[in-house]
Amino acid sequence: MKLIIAAIKPFKLEEVREALTSIGVRGMMVTEIKGFGAQSGHTEIYRGAEYAVNFVPKVKLEIVVSDGMVEQVVTTIARTAKTDKIGDGKIFVLDVESALRVRTGETNEDAI
Amino acid sequence: MRNLTKIFGLSAMGGAGAMFAAMPAWAQEAATDTAAAAADAAALVPYVYEKVMDKGDVAWMTTATVLVMLMTIPGLALFYGGLVRTKNMLSMLTQVFAIVAVVAVIWIVYGYSLAFSDGGAWNSYVGGFSKAFLAGVDYNSLVATFTNGVYIPEYSFIAFQMTFACITPALIVGAFAERIKFGSLLVFVILWVTFIYFPMAHMVWWWGGPDFLAEQQTLLLIAEAAGDTAGAEAAAAALGANGLLWNWGALDFAGGTVVHINAGVAGLVGCIIMGRRVGYGKDSMAPHSLTMTMIGAALLWVGWFGFNAGSNLESNGITALAIMNTFTATAGAGVAWMFAEWLLKGKPSLLGLVSGVVVGLVAVTPASGFAGPVGAMFLGMFAGVACFLFVAYVKNMFKLDDSLDVFGIHGLGGIIGALATGILVNPALGGAGIPDYTSVPGTLQVAEYAFGKAFMAQVWAVGFTVVFVGVGSAILFKLVDWTLGLRVKEEIEREGLDVAEHGERAYNM
Repeated sequence: MKLIIAAIKPFKLEEVREALTSIGVRGMMVTEIKGFGAQSGHTEIYRGAEYAVNFVPKVKLEIVVSDGMVEQVVTTIARTAKTDKIGDGKIFVLDVESALRVRTGETNEDAI
Repeated sequence: MRNLTKIFGLSAMGGAGAMFAAMPAWAQEAATDTAAAAADAAALVPYVYEKVMDKGDVAWMTTATVLVMLMTIPGLALFYGGLVRTKNMLSMLTQVFAIVAVVAVIWIVYGYSLAFSDGGAWNSYVGGFSKAFLAGVDYNSLVATFTNGVYIPEYSFIAFQMTFACITPALIVGAFAERIKFGSLLVFVILWVTFIYFPMAHMVWWWGGPDFLAEQQTLLLIAEAAGDTAGAEAAAAALGANGLLWNWGALDFAGGTVVHINAGVAGLVGCIIMGRRVGYGKDSMAPHSLTMTMIGAALLWVGWFGFNAGSNLESNGITALAIMNTFTATAGAGVAWMFAEWLLKGKPSLLGLVSGVVVGLVAVTPASGFAGPVGAMFLGMFAGVACFLFVAYVKNMFKLDDSLDVFGIHGLGGIIGALATGILVNPALGGAGIPDYTSVPGTLQVAEYAFGKAFMAQVWAVGFTVVFVGVGSAILFKLVDWTLGLRVKEEIEREGLDVAEHGERAYNM
């Protein structure tokens, strides 16, 4: 099993979710985050006080899938989240040691 | 001229109230001919008058009082609250609300008395304790307005002025937001209203009233004509038994000096003594909710109609003038700040717009019943630009952490407004003119306007206020600092005052 972490632009979330559910992904976790990569921040001014805002709002998706699905999921996310402008995000893949479904007690591949 | 002598007689009774209410607010008869007045002195009888209370005036003052209360809670509380970081929102709301409650109690106990009673030997500077716990006042007690014969219940006046006493210290907290200990703040506020606010209110606004002045002036003329020097001296003393700044001829309709310069300078002193916030210049201290700030600013503008127009103590043409000025100056200042910021900083911000609006309100406060609407509008525009430049450039030059711009808006705006009052009161500029209650006792005349005299009176008043409040506040801040400590510890400042000082969060989301 693999954990896929993807940081995408917030307005792309709905599109990505739809695309993933249509290829069979049955669960995901979404967090609102702030971050930066190549996209630099901007300046905000409040009554003459200037603040350099280095972090841009993003959305983080965390999805655990079986090894066989990984490539398809990564490609789908990359395709739907892309806007060809800087700040589109990144996708990482990590190993998952085990998984458990709380309601039934199923483990590993049966849990995802 | 002849028919004015009827006023100095029994005909002054009864119909006086109705007669004066029906007259235009500023009698336009020519200035008194002193020779004729002296000739009339032989025919003078002591000035008598009836105190007439009008339901319309009482209803208006009740409304105005409630409007000013709305300005502080929730107006000011939200205005300031939205400007601080999330972790300090609750502490800002609590500080403002608590100050209202505490000062209201003090006002009843001794505040009203110190501000608005005769202070005996100290009367030029502060009142006495004759009305502590509102002794001697009941629902039938009446106090004078600015029109001969027109009176309002003393309770109406006490309540209205109480809201002023409550909002003034609440304004100060913005200057050292996010870093003061709650307990120390309350102790400071109690000391500050006692030694600074009540005396200031007394010095600027304590006077005998139109009928009292008319009565004493008539007695003075009678005594002089009869060669009674003792009587003349007594009458002259009574005529002069007003607050210090009142006697200087300083004009302050609704509290430019008493409220805004007062709070502004105290705030400036406080933020300098307390030092800059941890992380100033590095951490983001952006407002957490400009939505709240906008709600607060809107409530301030709406409530301010009560603040300015209610300061007329009755409902007449001057009340309407104050309403007009509270529109024109405010709009002018909002527009001016917005466009100045748009031009010089690139974008028109909401915070800039509402800040400009508040500057206009502050600047017009001392002038609200004296300036004409167009003059007020230009005052607002001028103050809007001046305060924008201060807040956007000068403040940073000095690295002054006046967190919520209490000096930049209230202090500087108040100073500009107070000085401008001396210029805009000129009838030639549309102003209402300087009131004169003694040249034709029993009526309100427009005194001759002399720029030098009028403007210098304002300069002296502003100068005195700045020095008195600056030095006085510094002493009180230092006193509290040495005994209790003013500032919270650094860890608490970093964590946020809400949890550390109050055990609560503004938002549990």
